[in-house]
Amino acid sequence: MGHKILLKGNEVMAEAAVQAGCRFFAGYPITPQNEVPEYMSKRLPEVGGVFVQAESELAAINMVFGASASGARCMTSSSSPGISLKQEGISYIAGAELPCVIANMQRGGPGLGNIRASQADYFQAVKGGGHGDYRVIVLGPSTLPELYQLTMNAFDWADFYRNPVMILGDGILGQMAEPVELSPYKPIVNLPEKDFVLDGCKGREPRVVKTLVLKPADGLVAHNEHLQEKYQRIEDELSLCAEYETADADIVVAAYGITARVAKGAVRMAREKGIAAGLIRPITLWPFPKSLFLSIAQTASQVLVVEMSHGQFIEDVKLAMNCALPVEFLGKGGGWYPTEEVILEKIEAMAQAYAVSGKETNKCRH
Amino acid sequence: MIKQGSEVTQMDKQQAKIIMAGFGGQGIVVIGNILARGCVIEDKNVTGMVSYGAEMRGGTANATVVLSDEEIASPYVVHPTHAIILNHPSLDRFEPELVEGGLVLLNTSLMQRDVERKDLEQIKIAATEIAHELGNLKVANIVALGAFIRHTGLLKMKSIEQGIGTLFAAKKPALVGLNLKALAAGAARSVFEPATAKASLG
Amino acid sequence: MPTLKRTEVLKDNQTHYCPGCGHGIVHRLVAEVIDELGIREQTIGTAPVGCAVLLYDYFNCDIIECAHGRPPAVATGIKRVQPDKIVFTYQGDGDLAAIGTAETVHAANRGENITIIFVNNAIYGMTGGQMAPTTLTGMVSTTTQDGRGGHGEGPPMKVCELLSSLGGVCYLERTAVSTPKDVMGAKRAIKKAFQNQIDGKGFSLVEVLSMCPTDWKLSTSKAVDFVNNEMKKVFPLGVYKDK
Repeated sequence: MGHKILLKGNEVMAEAAVQAGCRFFAGYPITPQNEVPEYMSKRLPEVGGVFVQAESELAAINMVFGASASGARCMTSSSSPGISLKQEGISYIAGAELPCVIANMQRGGPGLGNIRASQADYFQAVKGGGHGDYRVIVLGPSTLPELYQLTMNAFDWADFYRNPVMILGDGILGQMAEPVELSPYKPIVNLPEKDFVLDGCKGREPRVVKTLVLKPADGLVAHNEHLQEKYQRIEDELSLCAEYETADADIVVAAYGITARVAKGAVRMAREKGIAAGLIRPITLWPFPKSLFLSIAQTASQVLVVEMSHGQFIEDVKLAMNCALPVEFLGKGGGWYPTEEVILEKIEAMAQAYAVSGKETNKCRH
Repeated sequence: MIKQGSEVTQMDKQQAKIIMAGFGGQGIVVIGNILARGCVIEDKNVTGMVSYGAEMRGGTANATVVLSDEEIASPYVVHPTHAIILNHPSLDRFEPELVEGGLVLLNTSLMQRDVERKDLEQIKIAATEIAHELGNLKVANIVALGAFIRHTGLLKMKSIEQGIGTLFAAKKPALVGLNLKALAAGAARSVFEPATAKASLG
Repeated sequence: MPTLKRTEVLKDNQTHYCPGCGHGIVHRLVAEVIDELGIREQTIGTAPVGCAVLLYDYFNCDIIECAHGRPPAVATGIKRVQPDKIVFTYQGDGDLAAIGTAETVHAANRGENITIIFVNNAIYGMTGGQMAPTTLTGMVSTTTQDGRGGHGEGPPMKVCELLSSLGGVCYLERTAVSTPKDVMGAKRAIKKAFQNQIDGKGFSLVEVLSMCPTDWKLSTSKAVDFVNNEMKKVFPLGVYKDK
């Protein structure tokens, strides 16, 4: 085993990015992700990289657009209100099919909200967020070692698919500290040559990076079809999910990110009390790991969705399972978070209700 | 070397949920950091959190650490098993939150009352006065930490000493010696009081 | 007598610009400068949103088309990653001085070593003649139908004057393309702005007062008169900063 060090989540993510070869970062201060630009401002110059404190989130994401077109591995990070501002640029980057990594350490909303942790930007992250039919690969790390690994992977997937990748964390994940082994970066895919880079047209025809498609008249239709084919390929190839004690579980808890690690504790406690509980935890939130949910739908009796919002992730859970099982919900926005005890209480109530009324009640009630 | 373990608390050592609270500036985050470093040294699982942003401007500051030999699921500390209380307002705020039979460390220099609950174990240490004697009020937190480690045995005192070393070595190496002295003083001059009533079971 | 030849920096495409529009002239000047400095194969241009959005159809060099107002931010990303390349933005008044004001001001204040060509025709052309930040007081547009100024629009924004107080700025000059002499002056300024970048001197911006007969609803010759007689009064030509 290697040497572990203690870092905050935001620092873990920043270091992982540097290890993965990120050499350009533009950002703007917003709590609870300030450690990311702070870390990058010190660390990137050490490795010959560039840090720019942008005048706004809009500027930051557009600087990343330029850096990506220049061939650099690049990143920006923010928290919810700032991510809303970045959506313009994310749409352009997705449309132009450039790679980049964006982190959202979610906080309470809507509006300025508060600075406590939240998972209320799920829709925004997995359904597009900005204008147009596009997708962003969305990752939901649950622990700091996983945050470290997924951040490095994010750069590979961004390059491999020429697509933005979002790390959807939250204020707790960013602020908490946990020991992490800073293992060296190894690419997990064969990285394609970057044949889109704008570096002056010496010895070749000039290149254009653009999202405006006026000619031919149906050019934008064709471009959209091309994008959808790519998204389908990503759905086919990239879908990650973790399971815990699901094999014989009657009640399966579905949760992602920080909520999932708390839910795991609750599942453990339920098992100690003799309840056959399990956990399913998507790691990629887009693509959503549908097939695993479908197989859970065949073996379990009930599902409990836990999230730090008033019900966004739950929609994908129900869709993935074709409403085959009753789905209960535990969640609130605005900085509320579930403890192991609160989740356990809900599991116990479900177990009891199930014992009384049987399997067929409560389908897709939420 | 600091002798430890003569009056080790009876609490379950498997998973400790510790809250540290006091005024901003009392070094709450620092002792949370040292505790977590100690865990890394002993290869225990640990998560740590600090109240952040607008919450930490003025008023009380707190940090929480969960340490365990098992995988840690939740990093949240709602009902701590242990509380290191460095000022009076924090006692008012966190005494009701401790689990039954939990342990509270009191910096008696800054308390205007005793612990009310009978089920709590107590460690008493005049941390601020001892720090004053040592010539630097800022080490009251480390004095308290010394007392805490001696009586709880959650980590080896040696790991804490090492944690102090690595924390201060980079930026303030001159402070390592003073902090080690504070740690030893805290361990030596603290008093452990068992609970006066047994925690009710169930 | 030298003959006028097509520069290889411009593609052999017919532009979409209206008769009497100044963009064609400014394109030509930028292209000639890139040609004369021999930097076509090192140059990356950033296109705005507005009439010049199709820059990539005309310029025979690498081009990135940006969101409205964001070229200075995109150019910052490109130039910081590739400091040895020549990066220019080409922006209109809405792009640079309205929706992209923050990007312009901060790129200038950081002293980004880029070249900005700012075409000021006092109107939103592409969208059909709405008020621009630089629309003159009293000037009619589709959103100031009884003339700018009566309904809280404020006076026209003077970009060179505004930027001249910023420490990071190297060079600011306001030029025009409404007389042959002005065209020569504009080319000299544009060349200097690119040369500054080559020399590593920092942020250079050349404002070019230009004609928009279509949206001004004037004949091409009256549009030229409007620049000479009205715009130059509000936007005096000259060097505003030369560090």
